[in-house]
Amino acid sequence: MSLNRDQIAMRVAQELQDGYYVNLGIGIPTLVANYVPNDIEVMLQSENGLLGIGPYPTEDQVDADMINAGKETVTAAVGASIFSSAESFAMIRGGHVDLTVLGAFEVDQNGNIASYMIPGKLVKGMGGAMDLVAGADNIVVTMTHADKRDNSKLLESCTLPLTGVACVKRVVTDLAVMEIKDGAFHLIERAPGISIEEIQQKTAGKLVVPDDGQVPEMSL
Amino acid sequence: MSGFNKVVSSYQEAMTGLTDDMTIIAGGFGLCGIPEGLINEIKSMGVTGLTIVSNNCGTDDFGLGMLLEDKQIKKMVSSYVGENAEFERQYLSGELEVDLTPQGTLAEKMRAGGAGIPAFYTATGVGTPVAEGKEVKQFNGRDYILEESVTGEFAIVKAWKADKIGNLIYRDTAMNFNPMAATAGKITVVEVEEIVEVGELDPNHIHTPGIYVNRIIQGSFEKRIEKITLAKN
Repeated sequence: MSLNRDQIAMRVAQELQDGYYVNLGIGIPTLVANYVPNDIEVMLQSENGLLGIGPYPTEDQVDADMINAGKETVTAAVGASIFSSAESFAMIRGGHVDLTVLGAFEVDQNGNIASYMIPGKLVKGMGGAMDLVAGADNIVVTMTHADKRDNSKLLESCTLPLTGVACVKRVVTDLAVMEIKDGAFHLIERAPGISIEEIQQKTAGKLVVPDDGQVPEMSL
Repeated sequence: MSGFNKVVSSYQEAMTGLTDDMTIIAGGFGLCGIPEGLINEIKSMGVTGLTIVSNNCGTDDFGLGMLLEDKQIKKMVSSYVGENAEFERQYLSGELEVDLTPQGTLAEKMRAGGAGIPAFYTATGVGTPVAEGKEVKQFNGRDYILEESVTGEFAIVKAWKADKIGNLIYRDTAMNFNPMAATAGKITVVEVEEIVEVGELDPNHIHTPGIYVNRIIQGSFEKRIEKITLAKN
């Protein structure tokens, strides 16, 4: 079975380490906050100026002045700090954030990512994504492996305008976990019950499977 | 003391001098921390041909999005415009010019503009459409692009508290772009929730020193929320 959104987030949460400062993008990445392992502490950064995102508020706690980068109402965690957008991107661009998780339309085998516009169709903007991918060493992309018409989103070369060049190192999809290196997607794990053949078939870019053909299933 | 008293009593007075084709630097992130009353005033003034530098353009019926209705905006410099259908329509039809700018680059453009730095190098956007036409330079083996800073004839800012001489304190994530915007206007107008006497704010807690501020107006805010998300159960 391919993973649902929450299961993708659960798998990404396994990438977190104790003491990490983490920026979670909009969509599936935001869900990762729900699956932080109990035995570690992480601090979530929101690029609109909050380090230490707390839980969503109760009705009484809702405050229009306290939102995350997805414009959802949030609270500040104990130990949080609040700062300007310039300060926020100083920490991002300056490489102080340990892990960035973001969504994408396309990723290619050279680690390029396209996530912010479809020419002539959709104008959304890159928000903070270009700064995040330029500033982070450790970037995980979450996405579905293929679009609704089964076209692969893991390509030899991105077709859409790029958000960043040669920056993505890891991709977690509904079918697989892959590492990007040496111009290829390296298959590390597969979703429970998903065959290597299916992953191969839905990966348009170069996919490298271990020589022994053994790819473990994710444990969620 | 009166030489430093920057409090004005009407929105008309607050935005006096704004005319067609000017550039406005605006604070705010989505609908959070926006100078609601100043935007309303710009709408009723009917000025057109504006260039607005702001992370977002509000929603269709609130914030800067309201200035789209009467086509007052010629150009937007923004990082994210996904919440606004009219914006998308005007952009795709060519009525509205948009300079999509990465969020951190946008914040730094304002900061640098206000600090007298005309341009800066950043790795953000290298190899993407953002880099087109911009100088590329290598430092320590990595490529960076040259981004020019911005200033405007006006800056419009929302703060939580101000004293009468323009020292400002922001509250929570309503701070966002406001401190940088405050530095980047030739005339910086601040709409605040509360104006206090000089001396009431602790100098250690001032976010924006009054030197950047030209006019202060007491606002009343609706503070609309784009996405109310609540704790489960």
